[in-house]
Amino acid sequence: MTTATLAPARAEDSRIGLSGTLRHVGALTRRNLMRIKADPESMFDAVLMPVIFTVLFVYVFGGAMAGDQDTYKQYLVPGLLGQTGLTLAMAVGTGLNSDFQTGVMDRFRTLPIGRASVLLSKIAAETLRGLLSFAILIGFAMCIGFEVKTGPLEVLATIGLALVFGMSIVWISMLLGMALRSAQAVQGVAMLVLMPMQFGSSIFAPTQTMPGWLQSFTKVNPLSALADASRALLNGQGAVAHPVMIVLIWSAAVTAVFAPLAVARFRKRT
Amino acid sequence: MTRIATAPNDRGAAVGNAVEVRGIVKHYGTTKALDGVDLTVKEGTVLGVLGPNGAGKTTLVRVLSTLIKPDAGTAVVGGYDVLRQPKQLRRTIGLTGQYASVDELLSGYENLYLIGRLLDLPRREARARATELLERFSLTEAAKRTAKTYSGGMRRRLDLAASMIGRPRVLYLDEPTTGLDPRTRNEVWDEVQRMVAEGTTVLLTTQYMEEAEQLANELTVIDRGKVIANGLVSDLKAKVGGQTLQVRPARPADLPEMARCLRENGVSTATYSADTGLLAVPITGEEQLTAVIGVLGGRGFAIAGIDTKVPSLDEVFLAITGKPVADAEPVPSLAKEPVA
Ligand SMILES: Nc1ncnc2c1ncn2[C@@H]1O[C@H](COP(=O)(O)OP(=O)(O)O)[C@@H](O)[C@H]1O
Ligand SMILES: [Mg+2]
Repeated sequence: MTTATLAPARAEDSRIGLSGTLRHVGALTRRNLMRIKADPESMFDAVLMPVIFTVLFVYVFGGAMAGDQDTYKQYLVPGLLGQTGLTLAMAVGTGLNSDFQTGVMDRFRTLPIGRASVLLSKIAAETLRGLLSFAILIGFAMCIGFEVKTGPLEVLATIGLALVFGMSIVWISMLLGMALRSAQAVQGVAMLVLMPMQFGSSIFAPTQTMPGWLQSFTKVNPLSALADASRALLNGQGAVAHPVMIVLIWSAAVTAVFAPLAVARFRKRT
Repeated sequence: MTRIATAPNDRGAAVGNAVEVRGIVKHYGTTKALDGVDLTVKEGTVLGVLGPNGAGKTTLVRVLSTLIKPDAGTAVVGGYDVLRQPKQLRRTIGLTGQYASVDELLSGYENLYLIGRLLDLPRREARARATELLERFSLTEAAKRTAKTYSGGMRRRLDLAASMIGRPRVLYLDEPTTGLDPRTRNEVWDEVQRMVAEGTTVLLTTQYMEEAEQLANELTVIDRGKVIANGLVSDLKAKVGGQTLQVRPARPADLPEMARCLRENGVSTATYSADTGLLAVPITGEEQLTAVIGVLGGRGFAIAGIDTKVPSLDEVFLAITGKPVADAEPVPSLAKEPVA
């Protein structure tokens, strides 16, 4: 028996390079978008939820909460825009979880691609989905009489801020996605966290009328700052800099804590 | 470990080793999934890795595909080390895992196109390659449907096609036909044989002797993470007997007595099952077949039927180790050499 070993056929080095990574992320993003197309119900949370919330709150509670529906529209819609980034961030974990469960991740891991590509493509696809839901929400809100009192720059800034905050939540979402057994469990836990975060914030109602213990929560809830910042940006009323700062600090802090944990866990599993 | 035969180099010239595994260990807690495995696959050949459920086959394939890191040992595939050169190694291999790893929400075509792009094929080439492989695996008609709607056999074929996109030099197939109906199984076998004819080196795991016989040149038998035998399939067959004689007595109550008689006459490998009412004897040669029939006939057992079949994994294990799979406890005193 001979011990001669097959000589390597290609002497290329093992680095993938920027153009390679971009190509891989592009191909995987396309895949993620096609998955959404094949399973349109998965658009439900990102696109329909904000619309349903708008209708429900504006017409059911709007008159009672703000005196009239027009005032309440101007109050609610910016807050909902901010929160969209959070919803899409949670979808990253669900998607990651199902890739690990189905063996698709194993297939990717036997291919000569960087492990970050899978993750970056998830974020890219969710960002695109987020942009679509921003457009739908703003378009729908304008149809029912919402007005952007400032300009397109402020709209972009609002969306940008929501995305920045969403990106920090992606790390938490990733951790959940890798720690829990099923995509349903990830969704369940995400709901459990999101619900009190959303309602215990200034998104739906001003916090002044809430009891003291709740106010101490809503005051530190970053979603309140996000909603306040969005309202200030789109309605042109109130201080912009302060809530924006708070959102940015929160985003940085969440990223600093959870990104290393999520990346470590991801590296261990891939 | 039983060395069945030293593998002769039938090509005369030096043949490279596509896969070299030395002393690979992988433990999960107290489970020794791999406990010092050595094996070699020569370039252009098919190695069958035969073993029961839980033997460590999938763990081995995962180590060789860089999906998990071994605790100890070395493995070199296509000249690349699994631990030190994983990226280059991944360009050399294709894997069809035990469980299908296609994206259910994508169409067959999109699944293949995606992998082509991830393997750095230009768009046009990725499209052409996807179309070509769909055609080859008889999936053209289903190309645009999501894989969710595919049958088990179609998914397997798509999975095989996916592992062929990059024209791998070494292909791993982890139980490629487990759970498939006979017709689909034959289709998969045909495909594997075609790839081999085109020069692909294949490492195939299986629980079926029949499959190993169909596809493999050499065989490595593993159990509980250890290699218990290896050699040419033809040599193992000569030892195990290419076929098993199945005798159905008219009175099932005769089974134990029949087995005892055969043992007394030097045929120690006979097994029987009260459930099926069959006595099974691996046949190693013409004389043995004659002897078995002679013994049974001479003792006047009433025989209702006689048939031959390819030996099962159990029978292979019995022939190699002298003990069946189920009670293959590591008790050295029981592990006697079989009487050939
Ligand atoms: N991730 C894991 N964690 C714990 N035990 C494992 C893991 N993977 C495999 N095992 C154990 O290792 C042994 C070998 O498993 P496997 O390689 O899947 O066997 P096979 O593919 O031959 O059926 C089994 O006892 C199995 O339970
Ligand atoms: Mg297995």
